[in-house]
Amino acid sequence: MNQILLRQDLVPKIHLFKVAAPKIAGKAQAGQFVIVRIDERGERIPLTIADWDRKGGSITVVFMEVGTTTCRLAQLGAGDSITDFVGPLGLPTHIEKFGTVVCVAGGFAVATIMPIARAMRQAGNRVISIMGARSKNLIFWEDELRRVSDQLIVTTDDGSYGRKGLVTEPLRELLSGDGKISRVIAIGPTVMMKFCAKTTEPFGVKTIVSLNPIMVDGTGMCGCCRVAVSGATRFVCVDGPDFDGHQVDWDLLMARQRIYLDEEKRSFEQCQCQHGTKS
Amino acid sequence: MAKLDLNRVPMPRQEPEVRAKNFSEVALGYSLKQALAEANRCILCPKRNCVAGCPVNVDIPDFVKAMREDDMLAAVRILKSKNALPGICGRVCPQETQCEVACVIGKRGAPIAIGRLERYVADWERANMSPESLAPELPKPTGKRVAVVGSGPAGLTAAAELAKLGHSVTIFEALHVAGGVLMYGIPEFRLPKEIVQAEVDYVTSLGVELTLNSVIGKIDTVDELLESGYQAVFLGTGAGLPMFMNIAGENLNGIYSANEFLTRVNLMKAYQFPEYDTPVKVGKRVAVIGGGNVAMDSARCALRLGADEVYIIYRRSEVEIPARREEVENAMEEGIQFKLLTNPKQFLGNDQNWVVGMECYQMELGEPDESGRRRPIVKEGSEFIIDVDVVIVALGTTPNPLIAQTTKGLKTSKWGTVVADEETGRAEKPGVWAGGDIVTGAATVISAMGAGKLAAADIDRYLRGE
Ligand SMILES: Cc1cc2nc3c(=O)[nH]c(=O)nc-3n(C[C@H](O)[C@H](O)[C@H](O)COP(=O)(O)OP(=O)(O)OC[C@H]3O[C@@H](n4cnc5c(N)ncnc54)[C@H](O)[C@@H]3O)c2cc1C
Ligand SMILES: Cc1cc2nc3c(=O)[nH]c(=O)nc-3n(C[C@H](O)[C@H](O)[C@H](O)COP(=O)(O)OP(=O)(O)OC[C@H]3O[C@@H](n4cnc5c(N)ncnc54)[C@H](O)[C@@H]3O)c2cc1C
Ligand code: FES
Repeated sequence: MNQILLRQDLVPKIHLFKVAAPKIAGKAQAGQFVIVRIDERGERIPLTIADWDRKGGSITVVFMEVGTTTCRLAQLGAGDSITDFVGPLGLPTHIEKFGTVVCVAGGFAVATIMPIARAMRQAGNRVISIMGARSKNLIFWEDELRRVSDQLIVTTDDGSYGRKGLVTEPLRELLSGDGKISRVIAIGPTVMMKFCAKTTEPFGVKTIVSLNPIMVDGTGMCGCCRVAVSGATRFVCVDGPDFDGHQVDWDLLMARQRIYLDEEKRSFEQCQCQHGTKS
Repeated sequence: MAKLDLNRVPMPRQEPEVRAKNFSEVALGYSLKQALAEANRCILCPKRNCVAGCPVNVDIPDFVKAMREDDMLAAVRILKSKNALPGICGRVCPQETQCEVACVIGKRGAPIAIGRLERYVADWERANMSPESLAPELPKPTGKRVAVVGSGPAGLTAAAELAKLGHSVTIFEALHVAGGVLMYGIPEFRLPKEIVQAEVDYVTSLGVELTLNSVIGKIDTVDELLESGYQAVFLGTGAGLPMFMNIAGENLNGIYSANEFLTRVNLMKAYQFPEYDTPVKVGKRVAVIGGGNVAMDSARCALRLGADEVYIIYRRSEVEIPARREEVENAMEEGIQFKLLTNPKQFLGNDQNWVVGMECYQMELGEPDESGRRRPIVKEGSEFIIDVDVVIVALGTTPNPLIAQTTKGLKTSKWGTVVADEETGRAEKPGVWAGGDIVTGAATVISAMGAGKLAAADIDRYLRGE
C-alpha cells in the first residue's frame, strides 16, 4: 500500500500527490511513469513521474481530473493509500548536451516537463521553456519552471496572463530567430504536441514528444498502447513514451484515444464523485 | 470382479444455452458418488504408464486407490507431494495427450478420467481443509535467499519447492496479482480465480514472500538482485509479448491482441463494467484469429460478453486445430462458428478508424511442413469480406524482451526465449535459472511446473555447494 504523504490542489481540477514509494523513488528518471490502480475495482492508469525524493522515498505525480479514475483519485488525500503503484516504467528521456533546448508544456504537463528541463540544464544545455494554459487561473509552477530554465515564456489562450495565443507561436519565433535551437521537447495534450511537431518540422529541429495512449499493463504484454512511428508499430509503454514527433501517426493516436468514449461516459455518469469533488 | 465399464462417468456441465451467457465455471465437477464410480474403473494395473505420462510424475494409481478406500486426505497428500497446484491442473492440463493417453483401459474403451479425479481431490481439500493444515513441516532455514521472477505456474512451483527445502524465497511479480496466465489469461469459466488464489495462498503459507507490482528490469535488474543478497535467481516470466500479423489495418480501433482482450476481461473484470472501472468493447460480430486454447478462450469470452456472432478464423482444417479437443467441443456447443481454411488478408476501417470488415483468403492444404502439419496455401482470387466490429488476434506470444535486455550475459535464442539447460534449468549466466514459457515459448501449465521443479532441485544442489 502506498500512502499519500501530501496533497496540493494546484489549480482547479489539477492536483499533486506525493506518494510514499521508496523503491521507485530510488530508480526514477526524467520521462518515466508509474501505473496506478486505486483499489480492487479500479482501472490501471499511467501517470508521469513529476518528481522524486530519493532520500525521503517518495514520488510526486500531478494529475488532471478528466474521468472516473482521475476523479476518484481526486477524492483521496494525505493519509489515504493507493492499492497499486508500479514503476518506474517506460524509457527515460534521452538527456545529453545538445546546445539550446526548448521545452514546451501545456496544461498539467508543466509539472511533468520539470524533471526533463532540470536534467537538460544540468547536462549543460541552455533551456528555454514555454508554458501554456487556457487562462490565468490555470497557471501553476511558473516560478518553479523559471528556476530550471534560462528563459521562460508564458502563454494563455485568452490572453488573461502572459502572451495571448498558443504555445506554437513563440515556438515558431524562436525557431526563426537567430539562436540555433538544437532540440525541442513538447509535452501536453495530444493536439498540442502534434502542432508543436508540425511547427518545428519545416525547420528540421528534432522534436521529442511524450505520447499518451490508453494503457493496461504498462509492461509490453497487451499492445493496447500501440502507435505507428515511421510506419512501424511500437508499444509506447516499453518503446517510449518519448518518440520523434515528426514520425508519429497523430491521427491514429487520436483515434485510438477515443476507443472507449461511450464506456467512459457511462462509467463517469455512474461514478458518484461527480456530485462534489474537492477541487 | 465387476465387469469393466468402458465409458467414463460424464462430467456434469452447465447447459450450453445457459453457460454462453455467464462467466461461471462450465464443468461442475463430480459428486462423491460419481468420483468413486470413476475411480473404481481403474484396474490399478502394475504398469503405471500414466505416471510416466505425467510431466511431474504424480503417483496416479496411488491417489486413485486412496480415493477408493475413502481416504481423501491420503489422496490429497499423495497428489500434493508431486503437484503443488492440483486444482489448476485437474482443470486445464491436456490429460488426453499426457497421462490419460497412456492408460491401459484406453486400449479398449475410454481411459480413466484422471484429470477429473485430480480435480475432485483438490476441490475436496479446498472445501474441507484450511490451506495451512496441509503445509508440510518446514526444515530448519538454510539462510540462503532465492529470488523468483514471475508468479505463473513455473515461478509458483519453483518457489514452493525451494521453500520446502528451507530456503528463503521472494517472488517478484510485475502485475498486481500473482498467478500469471492462470489469472490474466485463462477465463473464470474454465478456471475460477478463487482456485488460483487458493493455490497461491498455499505457496505463501510455506513462507514464500510475494512482492507484487515489481517489474524486474525496471525496479531492480537481475544483476541487482544477485548483488543485493539473493544467491540464486529463477526466471519464470513466461511468454507475454503478443504477436500481430503485420497486415494492413491492424491498428484500427476494435482490434485487440488476445492478451489485451483477456487481461481486460479476466484480470480487470471488464465483464462486470461499470462496477469495475476497466471497459472492453462488446462486439456484435467478433472474429477471433487463431486455433489454440487462447483463441477458444477469447471467442468464448466474447460470446459471454454478449456478442451476436463469434467466429474462429483458422487457416488450417479442423484436424489441425491445436486447442484441446474438449474446449473446441465446448465452443462449438455454445455456438461459436468455425471458419476454417480462412486467413485474413487485411482489415477494413471506417472514417472513425473503427474496424468494420476483414478481407480473407480461402486456403487449401498442401504438403506437410516442418511441423508435420499440412501447409496452408492461399487460393488465388478467393478473397471475400466478413463484416466484423471486434477482432481478437490470438496467434501466439513470445517472451517479453525486458529481462533479456537488462540482464548481462543471459543468452537468448532467435525467438527471444532464454537458453537454459533442459534437465536443470541453468541459464548461461551463473546464479540464474529459467523455466516455463520463457524457455520453451508458449506451452502448458504442467510443463512450466515441471521446469520450475527441476530448477528448484538444481538450485538447492547449487546452494548446498554440491
Ligand atoms: C505515459 C502516460 C503518462 C501520463 N501522465 C499523466 C500525468 O502525469 N497526469 C495526468 O493527469 N494524466 C496523465 N496521463 C493521462 C492519464 O493516464 C489519463 O488522463 C487517465 O488514464 C484518464 O483516466 P480516467 O478514468 O480519469 O478518464 P477516462 O474517462 O477513463 O478517460 C479520459 C481519456 O483518458 C484516456 N485514458 C482512459 N483510460 C486510460 C488508460 N488506462 N491509460 C491511458 N489513458 C487513458 C483516454 O484517451 C480517454 O478518452 C498519462 C498518460 C500516459 C499514457
Ligand atoms: C488464454 C490462455 C489459455 C491457456 N490454456 C491452457 C490450458 O488449457 N492448459 C494448459 O496447460 N496451458 C494453457 N495455456 C498455457 C499456460 O497458461 C502457460 O504455458 C503457462 O502459464 C506458462 O507458465 P509460466 O509460469 O512460464 O508463465 P506465465 O503464466 O506467463 O507467468 C509469468 C509471470 O511473470 C510475470 N512477469 C513477466 N515479466 C516480468 C518481470 N519483468 N518482472 C516480474 N514479473 C514478470 C508475468 O506478469 C506473469 O505473472 C494457456 C495460455 C493462455 C494465454
Ligand atoms: S500498455 Fe500493455 S503493452 Fe503497453
